[in-house]
Amino acid sequence: MGYSWDFGAVTLHPHMWLWGFVVTVSYSTATIVGGLLIGVVCGMLMLSHRWILVSPVNGFVQAFRCTPLLIQIIWFYYALPVAANITIPAWFAAALGLTFYMAAFSAEIFRGGLQSIDRGQWQAARAIGMLPWQVMHRVILPQAARRMLPPFVNQSVLQIKNTSLLSVIAVPDLMYQAQLMVSETFRPLEIYTSLGVAYFAMLYPLQKLAKKLERRDDI
Amino acid sequence: MISDAPRRAELSLDPPMIEIDELHKCYGELEAVKSVSLQVARGEARFIIGPSGCGKSTFLRCINLLEVPTRGRMRVGETSMAFGPNTKPLPTRAQAEFRARVGMVFQQFHLFPHMTARENVMEGPRTVKRLPIAEARDIADELLAKVGLSAKRETYPRHLSGGQAQRVAIARALAMAPEVVLFDEVTSALDPELVDEVLAVIRQLTEEGMTMVVVTHEMAFAREVASAVTFMDGGAMVEQGSAEQILEHATNPRLVSFLRRFRR
Repeated sequence: MGYSWDFGAVTLHPHMWLWGFVVTVSYSTATIVGGLLIGVVCGMLMLSHRWILVSPVNGFVQAFRCTPLLIQIIWFYYALPVAANITIPAWFAAALGLTFYMAAFSAEIFRGGLQSIDRGQWQAARAIGMLPWQVMHRVILPQAARRMLPPFVNQSVLQIKNTSLLSVIAVPDLMYQAQLMVSETFRPLEIYTSLGVAYFAMLYPLQKLAKKLERRDDI
Repeated sequence: MISDAPRRAELSLDPPMIEIDELHKCYGELEAVKSVSLQVARGEARFIIGPSGCGKSTFLRCINLLEVPTRGRMRVGETSMAFGPNTKPLPTRAQAEFRARVGMVFQQFHLFPHMTARENVMEGPRTVKRLPIAEARDIADELLAKVGLSAKRETYPRHLSGGQAQRVAIARALAMAPEVVLFDEVTSALDPELVDEVLAVIRQLTEEGMTMVVVTHEMAFAREVASAVTFMDGGAMVEQGSAEQILEHATNPRLVSFLRRFRR
């Protein structure tokens, strides 16, 4: 009944690991940065008091927060080209889905962070004659940034793990490379175990960083 | 210079620093400020008293446009404005420029927690007036000395006592060299033993001839330094006059009953 482990299968194709790692890191970085930028804009719009701006952004955020990322990726890959009558390459569809997903969560983090700053800070800053953007830049953002940093890091950790879903549309990330190696070697236990360890090694330091930032709440 | 010209009789006819005419502030159905008119002369310390929720703070916040009045007319220094359904609100930039000339000190201080005491005071001169850092620092140090906090220049607000924080907030308002300073119950959030150090700073400002409007519950202090006192109740101005008239020889029944609560 004993299963004989053979980790030789894991080291058979080092370049596949390396290439997968590069793809995973690139997608993670690009979609986190892109998502943050879109999220910041969305978060700001959500705080404006204009219904015409707030409701579409809210709709976008809720749609992406309340549907599985896997469905979003598949939808961008299969349905969007049909719906919009355009062909988009797999890598771009994948990036779009992930970016919007990150954007939706960042928007909420950003909105919450800004709203958590006492209204008195706005009043005091306006009372000395600051313009709204100056209040934001000099008074609100520096305070909000410290509160927003830990949830942003947490969301980024989730985002990196979520890139593994890209494999379903054949983006050659770590997960996809692992699947290829499994189909070649028939050693899923060894390869997926190693893959888990690889993700852990990437994410544990980040998670530690998030914890550290949370504790540094010294204002 | 007209130094040796005889002191002109028209001096008393100088236009007031603040002239407010039938100002209203409504929140939907609720009328928080009902047709209040007020004139404050240059160098005057006008005190506004009245029960909690009588609209005196809202009225004060209208003076520097933190609340936009619903109707009425207002002039502060050179700036006149009218409010009503058919008047356009002042553009954002003009509002900001206006507020830079009308200082305000809040009940809860609202110091910027990520800046030291000195940086708090420097912020207006630097960001709004765009003064060089060295100049802004000189202004801040001078004002912090004035409020007795030179030793706390590098201290963050969370390490200041309430009285110290409020004095920094006063210095922050003064750093803009405002024409008028508004005080919104600035001692109400303080422990009793810290009230005097803040009142001492305000007293000094009245002696220097700063024009100010002070909303307060400190009746003894009002009696001592107010040039004139306005009593508000239910959103309306009920009575105004000299401190002595209003605080010692009150005849209006609402005022009398309000003042009785401050005597044992």
